[in-house]
Amino acid sequence: MAILRPVFYLALLALIIAAPFIFPDFRTQLATLWVFIILSMTWDMTGGQMGYNSLGNILFFGAGMYIAAVVTIALAYDVGEYTNAFGGGTYKFTTTQYFLGMGLGLVFAGLLSAAIAWLMGYLLFQFRGPYFAIGTLGAAIAAGELVSNWEWVGGGQGIALPVYPGDFDVGKLFFYYLFAATGVILFIFLRWLYGTRFAGAINAIRDDEEKAEAMGLHTLRYKQVTWAISAFFVGIVGGISGFQNIHFEPLETAFQTINLGIFMVVCVLLGGKGTLWGPIIGAILFHVIKEVTWNYLLGWQWVALGALIVITVVYFQDGLMGWLARVKPEWFGERVQKKPDLIAEPAE
Amino acid sequence: MKIIEVHDVSKSYGGVKANTDISIDVEKGGITGLIGPNGSGKTTLFNSIVGYHPIDKGSIRFEGNEISKLPVQQIARLGLLRTFQQTRIYGDMNCVQNMLISLPHRKMTLREALTTNTRADHERAEHLLDFVGLYEKRYLRSGSLSFGQQKLLEFAMALMNEPTVLLLDEPTAGINPTLINGLIERLKRANSEFGITLFIIEHNMRVIMNMADRIYCLAHGELLAAGTPEQIQGDQRVVDAYLGAH
Repeated sequence: MAILRPVFYLALLALIIAAPFIFPDFRTQLATLWVFIILSMTWDMTGGQMGYNSLGNILFFGAGMYIAAVVTIALAYDVGEYTNAFGGGTYKFTTTQYFLGMGLGLVFAGLLSAAIAWLMGYLLFQFRGPYFAIGTLGAAIAAGELVSNWEWVGGGQGIALPVYPGDFDVGKLFFYYLFAATGVILFIFLRWLYGTRFAGAINAIRDDEEKAEAMGLHTLRYKQVTWAISAFFVGIVGGISGFQNIHFEPLETAFQTINLGIFMVVCVLLGGKGTLWGPIIGAILFHVIKEVTWNYLLGWQWVALGALIVITVVYFQDGLMGWLARVKPEWFGERVQKKPDLIAEPAE
Repeated sequence: MKIIEVHDVSKSYGGVKANTDISIDVEKGGITGLIGPNGSGKTTLFNSIVGYHPIDKGSIRFEGNEISKLPVQQIARLGLLRTFQQTRIYGDMNCVQNMLISLPHRKMTLREALTTNTRADHERAEHLLDFVGLYEKRYLRSGSLSFGQQKLLEFAMALMNEPTVLLLDEPTAGINPTLINGLIERLKRANSEFGITLFIIEHNMRVIMNMADRIYCLAHGELLAAGTPEQIQGDQRVVDAYLGAH
């Protein structure tokens, strides 16, 4: 078994690298799948591991998108003039400006989103359960409305970014690998993080926050750090999505509360919250179901998706991994283990 | 040396006076008992000390510093820990996980929290689980354990946290009588070997008379008597309070 693990991960990595060539017609779809996977994994950090169900993580996605775009533009032009001349088309970006802007933009998108989460957490983590969920949802909606009234960043019209400097198909591959790399790094990071004392502490907050406080855990600090790390990755993904979309606007693309904002929650519930693999499996399942209903049940796709959400929430809350843990607890290490004779205490 | 000094503390819930002008001292390194009939205000006093609710008047000092205005987490981080009358553990995790989470985070920086548990942590967790007799069940979901076993686990978690003072709210309630002797033994060892000061609410007279150096008795929210176990046992007011004679 111990040998199988690296083999499994290597095969998986090979599949990730080869996927856009195995399915050349689905490159954009595969890139979108990575967005779902990353958002699900980051949502699960607070929702699954820490017990704080945020309905507003899309705020960091939108924030990342705008921050990355503004940084890229600001490196070459005056942002206000650029957004004002919407469609004027006299603004050219060199290849260096494009990639330098994107690189710096993504760094800022991640860091500033994390800072926003840290500050918001200070206020919102005073609330628990449904109050936290509604509070975060409100914050995300408010952010979308604020940005759509902010003329300096293009108001309701949004921002048009330069297109990828190079071949269109190479651009598709570029974005796929950018998302995939972010996702793989996030996976490796979480696999490590969930083995630390820190993860134990946020699990304790999920299971009984009062007990955790009584045991002297720095509950607020841990909650803020978790959300900030989560927002860091969401901000980066939002930033990449901005460049991939080329043009985006505040309410439907950046701060899309009712689409992506809810989808990431459903993905996690479907796959099983509070597990490393659950959000990934859930995201894949959800994406497939979503695309199938879009293709074969056109006109009814929202009804089908709504039904899926209702069924998951009412009947299948633990998700696939949760169900497995219930049916096969021994797979998850639950067992009676007697003391081995070697370390048994000598008879008194 | 006095480690906890409760001076003239009052607490009422609406019209009900749960504690009236209570003064109690807990000696460092000793075992202090708190007894009294049901509803006499014992748990209220515990909650006041650990910061679960604000007190109406009086002062509470821990190691000489006023703590009556501090919130729960800050008091816990000073090393003043309590267990709950209704046992509280993390039911979905196994015993070892429960133990590892109980490592003293107050002594950790964020950097230290972002490391994996060491071999020594695991060994300490298993040693303490062995200490309370839960070694074999350490990989079982703690929520599936019996109430008595959960109490033992909560006690082990408290020891894992390396507190200076441990406030125990009825540690033997719900525990099988044959296990009680073992628990008394372990509490005494926790006090003598680990040097943890104990402050214990207990209904079982045999248990508390066996362990405590000094006992306080509450009745109707007021301090009725204080003294050594012998003095308390011989105090007619205490006997009357328990038997309901007035």
